[in-house]
Amino acid sequence: MTRIKVNVDGTAYEDDVEPRLLLAHYLRDRLGLTGTPIGCDTSTCGACTVDLDGQSVKSCAVLAVQADGGAVTTVQGLARNGAWTALQRAFHERHGLQCGYCTPGMIMAARDLLRENPHPTADEVRQALEGNLCRCTGYQNIVRAVLAAAEEEDTSARPEAHQVTEEATA
Amino acid sequence: MTGQAVEPEVGRARARKEDAWLITGQTTWTDNIQMAGLLHLAVLRSPMAHARVTRVDVTPALRCPGVVAAFSGADLAEGLGSLPCAWPVTEDIVLPDHPPIAVDEVRHAGDPVAVVAARDRYAAADALEAIEVDYDPLPPVLDLEAALAPDAPLVHADKGTNRCYTWPLATGESFEAVRARADVVLRRRYHQQRLIPNAMEPRAVVVTPLAASGEYTVYSATQIPHILRIMLSVVTGIPEQKLRVIAPDVGGGFGSKLQVYGEEALALAIARRLGRPVKWTESRSEGYLATHHGRGMIQDVEVAATSEGRLLGLKVGLLADMGAYLMLVTPGIPILGAFMYPAIYKMDAYEFSCTGVFTTKTPTDAYRGAGRPEATYAIERVMDELAAELGLDPVELRRRNWIRHDEFPYTTIAGLTYDSGDYEAATAKALELFGYDALRAEQRERNERGDPVRLGIGVSTYTEMCGLAPSRVLRDLRYSAGGWEAASIRMLPTGKVEVVTGTSPHGQGHETCWSQIAADVLGVPFEDVEVVHGDTRTAPQGMDTYGSRSLAVGGEAVHRAATTVVAKARKVAAHLLEASEQDLEFSGGVFSVKGSPEAHKTIQEIAFEAFTHHDLPDGVEPGINAEHVVDPENFSYPHGTHLCAVEVDTETGRTRIRRYVCVDDVGRVVNPMIVEGQVHGGLAQGIAQALYEEAVYDDEGNLVSGTMADYLVPSAADLPDFVTDRTETPATSNALGVKGVGEAGTIASTPAVVNAVVDALRPLGVHDVRMPCTPERVWRAVKEASG
Ligand code: FES
Ligand code: FES
Repeated sequence: MTRIKVNVDGTAYEDDVEPRLLLAHYLRDRLGLTGTPIGCDTSTCGACTVDLDGQSVKSCAVLAVQADGGAVTTVQGLARNGAWTALQRAFHERHGLQCGYCTPGMIMAARDLLRENPHPTADEVRQALEGNLCRCTGYQNIVRAVLAAAEEEDTSARPEAHQVTEEATA
Repeated sequence: MTGQAVEPEVGRARARKEDAWLITGQTTWTDNIQMAGLLHLAVLRSPMAHARVTRVDVTPALRCPGVVAAFSGADLAEGLGSLPCAWPVTEDIVLPDHPPIAVDEVRHAGDPVAVVAARDRYAAADALEAIEVDYDPLPPVLDLEAALAPDAPLVHADKGTNRCYTWPLATGESFEAVRARADVVLRRRYHQQRLIPNAMEPRAVVVTPLAASGEYTVYSATQIPHILRIMLSVVTGIPEQKLRVIAPDVGGGFGSKLQVYGEEALALAIARRLGRPVKWTESRSEGYLATHHGRGMIQDVEVAATSEGRLLGLKVGLLADMGAYLMLVTPGIPILGAFMYPAIYKMDAYEFSCTGVFTTKTPTDAYRGAGRPEATYAIERVMDELAAELGLDPVELRRRNWIRHDEFPYTTIAGLTYDSGDYEAATAKALELFGYDALRAEQRERNERGDPVRLGIGVSTYTEMCGLAPSRVLRDLRYSAGGWEAASIRMLPTGKVEVVTGTSPHGQGHETCWSQIAADVLGVPFEDVEVVHGDTRTAPQGMDTYGSRSLAVGGEAVHRAATTVVAKARKVAAHLLEASEQDLEFSGGVFSVKGSPEAHKTIQEIAFEAFTHHDLPDGVEPGINAEHVVDPENFSYPHGTHLCAVEVDTETGRTRIRRYVCVDDVGRVVNPMIVEGQVHGGLAQGIAQALYEEAVYDDEGNLVSGTMADYLVPSAADLPDFVTDRTETPATSNALGVKGVGEAGTIASTPAVVNAVVDALRPLGVHDVRMPCTPERVWRAVKEASG
């Protein structure tokens, strides 16, 4: 067992974990943060994508101990006081989800893309989401949603996302 | 006051109610369910395709940390019956026993042999490694034709044959007769590769026992909670009324969750044995072995035509891979296709025969479209070959044969009566949007130039049979269930509305669409409607969701129940307003007396009156509720025209979709945004069959494409932007006029894409490319044609 300290969605946790425990299972089974689903065992599908210290990672490919001292944001940490982010709104308005299983991962991966490239082209969105599989939507509305969010999101919204990370690591 | 003119909900692109919990991560996937004392199950699976199991020793697993119990197949056999097959398509069908866990023989890689129950999922997985199993290998049975040879090794030795059934259909003139007078006869063989459905949520089941009453709650990632409840009762002997099945949020299905799986029965049996709640969640790789596959057919197609391109007859022979066992509807899948081979075309003769074959592979069953994509692929591919043979444009050939819009209703040679449609209109619209003539010109130019990157244009004009319903037809096909669907509507005291539906969605947006339907009929705000589904306690009756039946049958039931609610409310309104029912107008949710609009009551006010029962007319019971069970007379028949342009690099074999246009006619549209989303998703799956996906087995019967890393589910980067549009000819088989849309994209797109690939290569002498048209297959086809 290894003791880890990690901040998840703004809450600090301290836990003893097996060294082999995956971050995805730590979030889901230990913290009960089940908003991050698991879709595969080969780090292929992207459903489990979360933000770890400002980087999007597949939480099934990261050990919980690797998150020690870090800050994790999951889809459950995005809506503040019930207000959805531009991306969440855009997925809703553009019908960017059907069953919704891929959606947390899609939103987290798209968030990462927009942080690095605030005004991507449709092709860039498609390339950036290559590691996130969706079986329902055929991706078109996801791409539309990300483009719409990019257009809508004013620059002030993004630094806020960084703030979460900073206050969490502090 | 009369009702305000409100924008009708039906036809409106409403953003979905369902999204709120999905985009904020507040979902209840089955694997999310936690509770005190929950044990995790892990299943040990056969690494071999076929073997006798001579010894299973689970005792070493019991010594592993965290393990509470471990069971071999023999340990669990008592009290567990065979998994059901609900579609014995012929009287003499071979129905092998299908134990939820193998006892003495395994018949496909992944067949379960032992189960561990442990305190967490890691402990359960670890303990599997401690279990000792001895296998005595038996020969695998992999090839469909070889499996039928008299001396072939047998999948089910006690049955004496690998032939499951043969199902024939012959209508019109004899095929021999039309062949004799035909100018052209073409014979082609098409392969429908096995596909893995890949719903993004892996399967999962949680069972909680209530020992005191002998009741069990089964949470399952299933498309069919109602059917599952009945079948689990049959398999385990637990009385149906003691079983409550809940399908919580379900992350996709595509037919793969239209099933009663061994793990569901095992979880129930173990929860019963241990008196504790248990959970099983499949890993993706496990699911590739244990969740049913789709397609898996060899199609021999023969077509006879005149030199002008008039179809005379069609003859289809199928070999269909059942896999190792018959699952819920395995044998029926190819039979659904039997009716669709003649598609939208007129002809004089049709002969069909299907032979189901057992192999030592994962069982097959429904996968998006189920039988109809296979049929559409064969006919649409062969139409293109015929056009090429006759030197006709493929669209022109179709035009010469299809049913004209003024010929509906039209009874096809396969015996289906298409109620409505307009193939000319959809095709004209698609050709226009596509820019057909310009692309053909570019194609000619590239061919003349000898461009190594060729342009190909593929067309597919499809129809499908949706709204899987008419119970009497299902009876004639020997399907053991009805095809009806139930809905009830309850007006609550506050005027809010609860719609209870027997359909069980997994991404299709039923809550939104059913709310739209009910809101319109009742004249209440969309937001005031709540849709209840997926729990056999709160929605006790239903036939669930598959085969694009939800809207055409379930939506129709909601519509009728709402209409009955209005009729009852009208009675109360007439009483309260002291008018006769006939003198009441109802609009925008308001009953008002004709000629004196100041006398009015809203339906929501009436709901309150009906609840208090203070002043109701004699003989009227309190409350305003209604229930309807709908069993339509006919299927519905969406149709459309899909056009695909591809660029095929003849040097690398790479195919790029340059343009994809589809015009679908799904009848009246309840929510255009959802319809478009369904089409997109369907296209992605159909294109995936054409270009990417295949479940590959090696000679030993191991699944080579056994992980998501090896099986090419296309990503956003692999797919193009689609251009979608619609025509609307309302269905006549339901009052809503809806047809269903879930499978359309998949059915139509596979042949459109492969037709395009072959069209690109035809000048080089290529006449077919086997699916999936991978760069290697395309490259080889080009080499072989030129060499
Ligand atoms: S679950 Fe992590 S990538 Fe699939
Ligand atoms: S919405 Fe179902 S997997 Fe993406």
